[in-house]
Amino acid sequence: MAHQSETRSLVSFAQLQRGRGKVIYWTLLTVVVIAFTLVFIGPLYWMITGALKSSPELAQTPPTLWPADPQPANYSDAWERLDLAKLLFNTFYYAVGALVFQLVLDTAAAYALSKLRPKLGNLILGMMLATLMIPAMVLIIPQYVTVIDLPILHISLIDSPFSIWLPAVANAFNIFLLKRFFDSIPEDLMSAARMDGAGSMRTLWSIVLPISRPILGVVSIFAVTAVWKDFLWPKLVMPSPETRTISVGIYAFSGGTPQNVVVAAAVIAAIPTIVFFLIFQRSIMSGLTAGGLKE
Amino acid sequence: MAIATVPGAGIDVGSQAPVPVDPRRARRNRRIKDNLTGYAFLIGAVICFAFFSWYPMIRGVVMSFQRTRAGETTWVGWANYERIINDPSFWTAWQNTLYFTVLALVAGYAIPFFLAVLLNEFRHAKGYLRILIYLPVMLPPASALFLFKYLAYDPSDAGLFNSILKGLGLPTSQWMQSTDMTMPAMVLASTWMNMGGAVLIYLASLQNIPGELYEAAELDGAGLWRRITNVTIPQTRLILSLMAMLQVVATMQLFIEPLILANGAGSEDSATSVVYLIYQHGFFQNDLNGAAALGVIMLVALIGFSAVYARLNAQQD
Repeated sequence: MAHQSETRSLVSFAQLQRGRGKVIYWTLLTVVVIAFTLVFIGPLYWMITGALKSSPELAQTPPTLWPADPQPANYSDAWERLDLAKLLFNTFYYAVGALVFQLVLDTAAAYALSKLRPKLGNLILGMMLATLMIPAMVLIIPQYVTVIDLPILHISLIDSPFSIWLPAVANAFNIFLLKRFFDSIPEDLMSAARMDGAGSMRTLWSIVLPISRPILGVVSIFAVTAVWKDFLWPKLVMPSPETRTISVGIYAFSGGTPQNVVVAAAVIAAIPTIVFFLIFQRSIMSGLTAGGLKE
Repeated sequence: MAIATVPGAGIDVGSQAPVPVDPRRARRNRRIKDNLTGYAFLIGAVICFAFFSWYPMIRGVVMSFQRTRAGETTWVGWANYERIINDPSFWTAWQNTLYFTVLALVAGYAIPFFLAVLLNEFRHAKGYLRILIYLPVMLPPASALFLFKYLAYDPSDAGLFNSILKGLGLPTSQWMQSTDMTMPAMVLASTWMNMGGAVLIYLASLQNIPGELYEAAELDGAGLWRRITNVTIPQTRLILSLMAMLQVVATMQLFIEPLILANGAGSEDSATSVVYLIYQHGFFQNDLNGAAALGVIMLVALIGFSAVYARLNAQQD
């Protein structure tokens, strides 16, 4: 962002600073800021206040901009009826577990592929990257069948958090991001560590990981948001009311629950992601473009 | 003589000190040890890939030619494919999915690029605008879709959209109750939820365009529009074509929008998507094999599309 003033874009900076250009610029900016606020915050406002309305008020024409008779009880109702504490805890537990498994196993694998380079490494990497070609939904049936009755072991992972944690590790995009980052760590650093007698584990822990903090941050954020946003997979493998994630729980209850209570639950489900985003927005937005899409 | 063949060992020649271990064997031992360490670091991820990615790929194809009934699995040839193709919703599902994909491409491809070009010109409120546009991407889709379903797409005049339309003096709509509006309404919700990512990716690639190109174009008398078509678009062509492909593959997997907004099939099957049909067969019609067959059909279609697309793109260069 610092070099912004030097490199010009479509319209030159000078042009925007005088006369007509300046007027157009400020008008356009004002319009866009207002429009964006309405389009992106507006619905959230509508959702939060909609959940505060009573059922008759929700069906009223024209709708009220601010609830005439706010019913905070809708939120407490949603909390109790859907057992949101349990659902939030489940989702959080699955997200954190997926994060830990991905960080440990994917980092180790990427390190092996980048620095230890075992003989069949490139073949394994190729087979991992090939899975990027397969759209996730296409595999949902055979994956489900696999989880019901794991080959060789013949155990079922249904309702077990491992059915979310372990498939999350099979994420070729993570491996690709991590490996590419590790590749950029100079070989000199690695051999210096080896000279000092550090083993592979030691080198990974005290040389590679500290340098790789930014990419580990990106992978972590992806890992957590992926679990929080996922719907069909947790719906299939966590079918019991006790093990459901929050999105699945709200969906399951939506049939027999008043609309304002469902919306209140949807607001509560969204709050953690919004807070998470506001805290990590810098890394999230830069991580998105670190995703290998930039040449 | 043995020593001389080992590269780097040449310096030892002539020195009288005895060599304690055959260096060749030592090197080989080290290489074996390095390989073993490498595999040890890889094993966890490889097992996960094997169980949850590689094996299911094969299993998907295999089970599409089998039928499991009452615990007994038999080979049935193409029967699953025939059954799924003869499902009355099969062609509707493909039609709907393609319609959604095309509409989503028009909305979710042109609009984000236009917004990115616009946002890239602003010197103020940049952070604010970027946060806003990415905010919906962070919401759990189920939350966002209930917002649309109950509060925005309410077919009475109490809904958000209808009250806005009415306020503007425009005709209101039945939204999800109307077979014609079902798909556009799903595209609208889906675009709102998902376009932030594309905008930020375009923005990043716009920032890589060297300013001198615009400078030179302007000196040559190129107006705003000419600069967009002659500099901006060619300079971001690679990312534009890649994003188009990724988007098509993503929107073809349409599922949660019909499930929540249209309770699955929608009125008169107007919302049924291919993945929804997979879900229906797999989990409600007790037909996992038929569902797997449809999965294979979809896989072939998407890989075929990607291959043709990549080929066409390569030819253009």
